[in-house]
Amino acid sequence: MSASGRSPAETRKLVEAGLKKRNSSEKRFQAYGIFGVLIGMLFLAYFFATIITDGASAFFQTHVKLSVHFDPEVIDPKRTNDPAVWEKANYTKLIKASLSEIFPDVSGRRDKKALRQMVSSGAPFELQAMLEDNPRLMGQTLELWLPADDEVDMFYKGKIDRDVEESRRRVKDNQIVWIDRLAEQGRLEGKFNKTFFTSGDSRDPEMAGILGAMKGSFFMLFVTLVIAFPLGVAAAIYLEEFAPRNRWIDLLEVNINNLAAVPSIIYGLLGLSVFINFMNLPRSAPLVGGLVLALMTLPVIIIAGRSAIRAVPPSIREAALGLGASDVQTVFHHVLPLAMPGLMTGAIIGMARALGETAPLLMIGMVAFIVEVPGTPFDPSTALPVQIYLWADSPERAFVERTAAAIIVLLFFLLVMNGLAVWLRQRYERRW
Amino acid sequence: MATPALRAALVGVETVREHREDNQASQISDLGNDVSKEKEKRMKVQERDEQRQQTVGEPVVDGDIALSADDVNVHYGDNHALRHITMNFRRNEIVALIGPSGCGKSTFLRCLNRMNDTIEVARVTGEILLEGQDVYSKEMDPVLLRARVGMVFQKPNPFPKSIYENVAYGPRIHGLARNKAELDDIVYASLEKAGLINEVKDRMEDSGTSLSGGQQQRLCIARTIAVNPEVILMDEPCSALDPIATAKIEDLMYELQENFTIAIVTHSMQQAARVSQRTAYFHLGDLVEVDDTNKIFTNPGHRLTEDYVTGRFG
Repeated sequence: MSASGRSPAETRKLVEAGLKKRNSSEKRFQAYGIFGVLIGMLFLAYFFATIITDGASAFFQTHVKLSVHFDPEVIDPKRTNDPAVWEKANYTKLIKASLSEIFPDVSGRRDKKALRQMVSSGAPFELQAMLEDNPRLMGQTLELWLPADDEVDMFYKGKIDRDVEESRRRVKDNQIVWIDRLAEQGRLEGKFNKTFFTSGDSRDPEMAGILGAMKGSFFMLFVTLVIAFPLGVAAAIYLEEFAPRNRWIDLLEVNINNLAAVPSIIYGLLGLSVFINFMNLPRSAPLVGGLVLALMTLPVIIIAGRSAIRAVPPSIREAALGLGASDVQTVFHHVLPLAMPGLMTGAIIGMARALGETAPLLMIGMVAFIVEVPGTPFDPSTALPVQIYLWADSPERAFVERTAAAIIVLLFFLLVMNGLAVWLRQRYERRW
Repeated sequence: MATPALRAALVGVETVREHREDNQASQISDLGNDVSKEKEKRMKVQERDEQRQQTVGEPVVDGDIALSADDVNVHYGDNHALRHITMNFRRNEIVALIGPSGCGKSTFLRCLNRMNDTIEVARVTGEILLEGQDVYSKEMDPVLLRARVGMVFQKPNPFPKSIYENVAYGPRIHGLARNKAELDDIVYASLEKAGLINEVKDRMEDSGTSLSGGQQQRLCIARTIAVNPEVILMDEPCSALDPIATAKIEDLMYELQENFTIAIVTHSMQQAARVSQRTAYFHLGDLVEVDDTNKIFTNPGHRLTEDYVTGRFG
């Protein structure tokens, strides 16, 4: 007889009676979990689907084929052969001339202007650059693919509905006729949008690119890494291996943990007042952005670094100390190499967060409209997430797809960084 | 007899910390009685100290003395973990330290090469002399001390590096080899002395952690003797090993005895009987008895020792 005074058969019956309920509650719990995961996946899928469908078309830009005559009469009527004169010449006239060849029937100032506006306002600059590269083009006639205006681009990509009332769309009826004619003649084609990856920001969507923002982000992350990683690792080592256990260190720890949760815009304000107002560092510079992001990333690196260091088994420390290694030797020969994958994972996650950070950069002037691609961390620049913010704010229809495309580029970099973190973790994960 | 709290405190630092917190909490809860309680406590400690028995047997021997401890006390915070330990070690002698869990034998071992320094709450008093030099004096650098007094730990803890690097590490940090050839010599000789060379000579670049448990422990011994210490401390070196690996390590200890003084903590009384010349029995922080191993196991001088070696408790 058992302690409860039941026979084994009775006990079994009691257990069996409750079994169904227990099992069903287990299944129910699993179902909740799966439901939660599915909802998350659904949102993620929707997010990716919209971003990709919106952004994919931005990687192609509609171009117009024109036969351009580099007319000396227009460019250099006095035959000076002076580059300064060539530079200042009116290349728009060349485009007008070639358009008139295709559409000889178009007359009237207003119509001619509408016709000329179908080619990007950046096209004359391309012609000028071509001539500068190769002066022998002077006097020749070339078949050139020049970027179309953003509205033509949007219409050709089907993003402007031709059935909408004329007053409610930017592409006018006569332009639609011309576009159709160009398309019939095979003079319109979507080509890979090289400009998007090779130029800085612009007011014209077809001339706007993300190279400036990419370089700005790159410089910023470089500064962040160079400052935050050594400092963060050093702080983590000190706190984990050398710091005495007392109230001051406890206070320090609490504050570091709190810093990791401080809203990022506060760091922007700090950067504005310390780096720009007090230290007089240049405004809008990736250097300052990097410094601010380094401050923001430091607590993340310290916290991740400490847990990585703590994960190194104490037996390894004892082994080294027992052999007569000094404390510093123990740390640098044994603890640090073993903690390195964890440290690097923490750093990369921190960097990825810094790459996506926008708010603090607004405070230090990196939100300015900057056309020039920065050459050094001291040049004014913007960053990828800020560029996304700026384009999302622009009224032109073509910036919508460019915003999405910039998001794709940013997500790509984030994915690469997180992938790198996962790879490092698996590659160097050690067993002991 | 000690309280269960004290017994728990002896097990490890973590427990010591908890215990301290408990103490603090209770002190805060009855601040009124604080003074009287403190007094009572101090009296209890004194009482216990007076109660302690002189170590039975022959704790201090004559001869060529490598290491001697004189009235060594260890406190973990408020806990008097090791009390008035006086004994010495002859050169090229194996001394076994036995006793039930938490009796302080590992604590004593870790005093001998100052591994207790890494524990912040630990406080060591008394005198430990290594070749006549005070181990705890200001002039003694723990780095040099640990090069002279090597240690093998309970759990094999090779570095996650190659077998070669494991053994070469000690000589390298201490600058014992002038060039690669000398370092090679040291590494191969140490592995040979540790009886591991035939098993690893074709795989020197494999990770030390890829070896079996027994091989790992012999690698750790090779690593220790590569520094050529005077004394080797072994903290239950076979507790994680199977009987065959244990036998190998015991054989090894016989051979090592020619060159080194060895102090070994063990839970296996058979092991103590097999390998050691002298045995010290610890009980709850006291050194109860030290004598020739034969005598300890056949004719112990103290009732506690007898109870322990005959398996009546422990």
